[in-house]
Amino acid sequence: MKKLFSVLLIIIFSLINSLAVAGDDGKIEINGKNNGYVEANDCFEKVNRGIFAFNQVIDKIIFKPLAKGYRMFPQPIRSGTSNALSNLSNVVTVPNNVLQGQFKDAGVNTARFVINSTLGIAGIFDVASYYGLKKSDNEDYGQTLGVWGAGPGCYFVLPVLGPTTVRDTIGSVVNLIGGDAWYNVTVINDTQYFSEADYYISRILDGIDFRAKNLESFESLEKSSVDLYASVRSLYLQDRYRKIRNIDKTTDTLSDDDWEELDSQ
Amino acid sequence: MKVLRFLIFFIICINSNNITYAKSPSDLINGIVDEAASILSSEDPVESKIIKLNSIAERSVDINGIGMYTLGKYRKTIDEDQKSKYQKLFRSYFLKSFSSRLVDYTNPRINVVSQKKINDKYTIVNSILEATSKRPQVKIDWRIYTKNPDRPLIRDLIVEGLSLARTQKEEFNSIIQNNDGDINALFKTLEEFLIK
Repeated sequence: MKKLFSVLLIIIFSLINSLAVAGDDGKIEINGKNNGYVEANDCFEKVNRGIFAFNQVIDKIIFKPLAKGYRMFPQPIRSGTSNALSNLSNVVTVPNNVLQGQFKDAGVNTARFVINSTLGIAGIFDVASYYGLKKSDNEDYGQTLGVWGAGPGCYFVLPVLGPTTVRDTIGSVVNLIGGDAWYNVTVINDTQYFSEADYYISRILDGIDFRAKNLESFESLEKSSVDLYASVRSLYLQDRYRKIRNIDKTTDTLSDDDWEELDSQ
Repeated sequence: MKVLRFLIFFIICINSNNITYAKSPSDLINGIVDEAASILSSEDPVESKIIKLNSIAERSVDINGIGMYTLGKYRKTIDEDQKSKYQKLFRSYFLKSFSSRLVDYTNPRINVVSQKKINDKYTIVNSILEATSKRPQVKIDWRIYTKNPDRPLIRDLIVEGLSLARTQKEEFNSIIQNNDGDINALFKTLEEFLIK
């Protein structure tokens, strides 16, 4: 099984590298020097804009009202839900820590998962933080492919699920073929402890929790944006770039040589 | 002799004034944050708050610099008339967008954590917007243009690693690109935004 998984990863890795090269043709050059940041090619922009508009409607009539309703729950309930969902994400983060060579983080996240799942009652309470095991950023298979050198490939928008790239979609597929232990015990394997519904409820709750935390930011973006689609695309790609590079937010920021050319004082 | 004494006194005064005006990038952010917080938490009507916030922005943000940055590759292809028109439009757009984003916050608490000099032109100030019951804490980095150390100016806000100036640049570039490279399409979009 492990061998099969390794072979599969190698095939995906090779595939995505070729896709990234194919995507290079129409890439927008941000600046003359290569600072490591490459913008994905928006291969199907017209179609993407249509799907984005559809998602906006879905958001307006379903997710935004749900997020507002979720906000009405007391803070401890929302924190507990958020903690439990974050704890579950460790089952994807830990294998990706290993695949990216972050062995210390893998150890810390494993310990956090064990402590919070038991003493923290299914992750509702972040007991591990009290023991000095600080939460680190989530990792996923899309990020791992990026760390291994795979380019983003085409950028596109999925109905309901939102923005993604070829690389990140392949990363998500890895979750469905055995890379996500939570998916395995709920959907793939018929266990007596969990049902398929548990998986889908957790995914929907995760989306609502994220939306609720960003209600004001989204509204502000909608209000001040002159091309919301382009803004969301830029924010998504910047976010993925930062996560793949594991940029330390307190000391590093995105470099951009355009700034060096500008003198206005 | 009296004239000489007066001259020496005058020179010392000028120099001490210069020292007073020179402030570090962290001081700049601390000052702005305090001033904005007192405006936002006041009982002033919204219009008055907007005027005061815009005054802070005009003093401490390099609006022209950001404007030229957001044009990206197109800033090299426009003529002087287009540049002048764009700078006027961008200033109005920036101020409207800036104040409308901020005015919804009642009392944002931002603490400056550290600063890091990138080169002679730029310093990054790291700060944290404290969590509220509605949202978690947010890391905000400020790109400060320090070519003139006596007058540092803000050029970008990087929220949780996401650059607002870069987002703006890619937004404007998308508009121009989708209109066959015609900068007038951007002017029209900005004008429409301003009359909204």
